[in-house]
Amino acid sequence: MARQWGMVIDLDRCTGCEACVVACRTENNIATVGDDQAGRGRAIHWLRVERYYEGDFPDVKVKFMPVMCQQCGAAPCEPVCPTFASYHTEEGLNGQVYNRCIGTRYCSNACSYNLRFFNFYNPTWEKPLDLQLNPDVSVRSVGIMEKCTFCVQRIKASEIQAESEKRPLRDGEVQPACVQSCPTKAMVFGDLNDPTSEAARLARSNRAMKLLEELGTVPQVTYLKRDSWNGAENV
Amino acid sequence: MAQKTSEQINEELLRPLQSTSLTYKLALVFFVAVVAAAGFAFSYQVNNGIGVSGLQRPVFWAFYITNFVFWIGLSHAGTLISAILRLCNATWRRPVTRCAEVITVFALSIGATFPVIHLGRPWLAFWLFPYPSERGIWPNVRSPLLWDFFAINTYLLGSVTFLLLPMLPDFALVRDHAVGFRKKVYNVLSLGWTGTPKQWHRLEMAMSIMAIAVIPVAVSVHSIVSWDFAMANVPGWHSTIFAPYFVCGAIFSGIAALIIAMALLRKFLHLEEYLLRVHFENLGKLLLVMSLLWFYFVVSERLTAWYGNEIFEMPTFWSTQRGDFSPLFWTMVLCNFLIPFPILAIKRFRTIAGCVIASIGVVIGMWLERFLIIVPSLSSKFLPYSYVTSPYRPTWVEITITCGTFAAMALLYMLFSKFVPIIAVWELKAGDPNMKVVREASLAPSAGQALPHGSEAGAD
Repeated sequence: MARQWGMVIDLDRCTGCEACVVACRTENNIATVGDDQAGRGRAIHWLRVERYYEGDFPDVKVKFMPVMCQQCGAAPCEPVCPTFASYHTEEGLNGQVYNRCIGTRYCSNACSYNLRFFNFYNPTWEKPLDLQLNPDVSVRSVGIMEKCTFCVQRIKASEIQAESEKRPLRDGEVQPACVQSCPTKAMVFGDLNDPTSEAARLARSNRAMKLLEELGTVPQVTYLKRDSWNGAENV
Repeated sequence: MAQKTSEQINEELLRPLQSTSLTYKLALVFFVAVVAAAGFAFSYQVNNGIGVSGLQRPVFWAFYITNFVFWIGLSHAGTLISAILRLCNATWRRPVTRCAEVITVFALSIGATFPVIHLGRPWLAFWLFPYPSERGIWPNVRSPLLWDFFAINTYLLGSVTFLLLPMLPDFALVRDHAVGFRKKVYNVLSLGWTGTPKQWHRLEMAMSIMAIAVIPVAVSVHSIVSWDFAMANVPGWHSTIFAPYFVCGAIFSGIAALIIAMALLRKFLHLEEYLLRVHFENLGKLLLVMSLLWFYFVVSERLTAWYGNEIFEMPTFWSTQRGDFSPLFWTMVLCNFLIPFPILAIKRFRTIAGCVIASIGVVIGMWLERFLIIVPSLSSKFLPYSYVTSPYRPTWVEITITCGTFAAMALLYMLFSKFVPIIAVWELKAGDPNMKVVREASLAPSAGQALPHGSEAGAD
């Protein structure tokens, strides 16, 4: 059976430190658009930590939730693309082929999570920041859509490595940048079609929930609810 | 019109082709300037990136797609209305059909540019064509945008044919009245029309076939445009009512555009004796019916959304009813229903001026309707965290391009009326029972042969 990549995020462990956000930007050559453009809602952040506040000051509870492309099994973004820039890969990822994209932006309108990002201008990097660009990831030009890929370049690298060593891929061998950088190990990545993988085991937890699952998008990111979300006392 | 002779009609309807006034030239310069400004704005956008527009995440579609739907909607003026009137044998249609069909062709051409203008990489728009390419992939037939592409091209082809067919006898008429280079040009355009009974018969056959064929095409085009929205699971978009709602709105705005165009033609080409009050009145009644139908659709759509109280749909709903977008929403209701309804329903107000005021309201209102369908829904999709932070505002680029398309419409219409009789001369004559045997070779079915729509042509 082909792999189905997926992720489990334990919200009980997430401190909202945003190390994952920084790691993601660095790994994937995500351009910063400047404060003016960011103020117009054009910032690109494949991974964001959503903050929700509950209660009135001073008795406020903050909830953090790292949200990236949910790599939906029935993704609304895929069928609407007229040029197959957005398509489903054999390993269950929502692929985004930059070269095919003509910028209709239909995919991001269709995306229920608003997790697709558009290059309104050609990205630039101030010197010497251009020297930190990751050679494994293509830099996107003006007019095209981009989004979280589950660090597909790392997946491919590990698969090639395993193949060259004539061995199966080990569970936990592939680590997207966000997972690798999480100091509290709140994120786990793996093959959900392998029932023995850590990710598959955690996804079966009774704390498991999926974001906007009721829309029928079949997201491949599982969240483990905080205890307080089940109605228990806050921890 | 019974008192007019064939020569008089020829003289009066061909006059715009033969002389050009100063007003005409000034208007031409003005519209060319506005279109050129829009061209500059678009090249500025291509050079710098679509960031020069007011678009943002999550409002990825706004002015351009509004214009797209608006112009495609307007295009339903012509072909659809003219085809229906032809099939119903509504004799009053004769001076109206060509004005209407021209709107279709031009509005459709203008509307079809917007999907390209709005692209992030417009220079790759040709990738929508299914052609065997080095890229090794076909366009994605699951995408409503591709359905659009085919639907619009089909409609454009159909409506151009529908416009050109009945122009042949008139081209021949102009040819017979012209000299020199113009004669040569119209000789080619008339495709050898000599007015033999066989030619008339074939023309009539072709027109009946096209009139029937073009109606389902027109309906399908705007249904498919509505599915650009309805197919996506976005609150406020994902509605089964959208296809008929859009088709209704399209015909509604189309009739309004036709009334405005006719009033302008009447004034500037001095067609007071051809475009009569009865034409405006009849179209006004059609507009009234569409206004009521439109209101019915809006109530159905709003009421079910409100009563259903679906958690993801309500932020969008309330933002249009009493939030950021409510001034636009209530202006739309005013323009599309509250103003046109009394004007068109009360006979005393259903004058030419009344119909024009109502139509201007409808055109504005229908533009707003399309904007209100697109932007509020995108502004507040499912996750509150990604709701729009600063509301969408258009930039000068989008506004200039929008103005440019209106100028382009006026420009194309003006040029058309300069080269082709804007009222179908032969149809007008064929519809007049008192008209003596038409004399020109181009227009002379031999005696006893059926004129087009022979039953109405009376004793001739």
